[in-house]
Amino acid sequence: MSLSTDDVRHVARLARLALTDEEVDSLGAQLSDILAYAEKVGEVATSDVPPTSHPYPLRNVWRDDEPRPSLPPAEAIATAPQAEDGRFHVPRIVEGEA
Amino acid sequence: MSADLVTATAAQLLERLNAGDVSAAEVAQAHLDRIEATETQVDAFLHVMHDEALAAAADVDRRRAAGEQLGLLAGVPVALKDIFTTRGVPTTCGSKILDGYRPPYDSTVTARLHAADAVIVGKTNMDEFAMGSSGENSAFKLSRNPWDLGRVPGGSSAGSVAAVAAFQAPLATGTDTGGSIRQPAAFTGLVGAKPTYGRVSRYGMIAFASSLDQCGPIARTVTDAALLLQAVAGHDPMDSTSIPEPFPDLRPSLGAGVDGLRIGVVREFLESEGLEPGVRDRTTEAIERLGKLGADIVEVSLPHAVYGVSAYYLIAPSECSSNLSRFDGVRYGLRVGAGTAEEMMAATREQGFGAEVKRRIMIGTYALSAGYYDAYYAQAQRVRTLILRDFAAAFEQCDALVSPTAPTTAFAFGDKTDDPLAMYLNDVFTIPASLAGSPAVSVPGGLDDQGLPVGVQIMAPVLGEDVMFRVAAALEAELGFDPTPRGPNALKAAL
Repeated sequence: MSLSTDDVRHVARLARLALTDEEVDSLGAQLSDILAYAEKVGEVATSDVPPTSHPYPLRNVWRDDEPRPSLPPAEAIATAPQAEDGRFHVPRIVEGEA
Repeated sequence: MSADLVTATAAQLLERLNAGDVSAAEVAQAHLDRIEATETQVDAFLHVMHDEALAAAADVDRRRAAGEQLGLLAGVPVALKDIFTTRGVPTTCGSKILDGYRPPYDSTVTARLHAADAVIVGKTNMDEFAMGSSGENSAFKLSRNPWDLGRVPGGSSAGSVAAVAAFQAPLATGTDTGGSIRQPAAFTGLVGAKPTYGRVSRYGMIAFASSLDQCGPIARTVTDAALLLQAVAGHDPMDSTSIPEPFPDLRPSLGAGVDGLRIGVVREFLESEGLEPGVRDRTTEAIERLGKLGADIVEVSLPHAVYGVSAYYLIAPSECSSNLSRFDGVRYGLRVGAGTAEEMMAATREQGFGAEVKRRIMIGTYALSAGYYDAYYAQAQRVRTLILRDFAAAFEQCDALVSPTAPTTAFAFGDKTDDPLAMYLNDVFTIPASLAGSPAVSVPGGLDDQGLPVGVQIMAPVLGEDVMFRVAAALEAELGFDPTPRGPNALKAAL
């Protein structure tokens, strides 16, 4: 599997990484090498082998729906790069009038 | 002079502290002095908690004087890998994207160390987001190997092993996703254990690959490693993958010996192409010694382990690409750029992440993207099943497995930084147990002909920490390894 420059730019967009042109060039070659190595899994992973997502058998964990103390809002936003009126401040996400 | 306080093991310090022979304040001061005397050479810490450590130690002394019941590690200095959140104390995970972040909460590991009355002396350096096998991916500094300051300490728990090997602390926490406790412990002549997946809570341990990440102890002796693990292990309702079964008391295992145990030698690992002769020789000798001590040595095969690195480098990056999406410049850490939300996030992540982290996010995003999921992530998970079956079959023939921890001893800075794949292959022997969720520990096996430490790995079945520590303690007692760094390029600081 060889990754083109367009492939790398597409994946970078999905990953929200504003890569530089030099990074796009070097990553294309490196990712192709790494993926070629990783593709060796295909030599033995046949469809009759079930996938394992987790090494230890666990069931879903439930607890009673009871109110408990949690992080106060002021502490939760204290580490935000930008906050306003007790909320996280972000650039506009939805298009339209203000 | 306080040299005997920094060379003492945690178990010895506890004995002296409990006997009233020394105060926690004296123990803390001795280690802070040692950090000051050696830190310019080893660069183990991102943040030394000087005042907090002295306050915690004074508190232990005061409560001891008042006759209060104290915790399992009362007054013992512990270094904390910077992946564990510490309330109000800088936590960066080795990344610029978290530079200056002071979390509003403690990880469960941090909280349990506080509950055990341990004295946390600082936050240790690491490969950014625990991605690396040399420490060279830290965004802040290079930690150096106390045995040879021109060589890497291993990674990702680079600062934790550098600190313990340099006698800056008797104990440190590490985390291991594909070998990040065991390989650096091997490189620095230490004991480093990864328990069964789920034994130690991941709450507040910054996530890399959630189905693999596990916390474990780093120490100069097997007994000390068991002590630290005992203090942090056990069920935690804050981590849904935390194992409900109680963690066993490891003390009876430490002196039980290996007489009558069946120990499996992994054929493929000893015949591996990249294995250095010095590492192979020390491993073979360790196996012979275990046989001499009464263990039954059997040869076993893990035929699919050779595919472990391939599977790992699909599974871990896939999970990391998802986990690291939380670093988006909104709730904590760095924010860069203006424009739309997407532009701000892309600019923040571009500037905040280092090269290896970007590489893995890219691999993972690609492997999970439309049309490729079945070819990559799902295939890797099938290989994981095959490796689990290999381990199950091997553990029908034996109680524990022995192998080298890493194919080489510590390498020089810059040796593998231009070739990511070569760096990844350093994890070839540690990754299989990670994929299987099995406990595994690295124990010093001696030195190679360059005078560098060799690690011997002991792997046990899931929940088999007791048998793993049994073998580790027996091997340690038989080999009598001296953990003091020595050699022409070793750390220079009189003890």
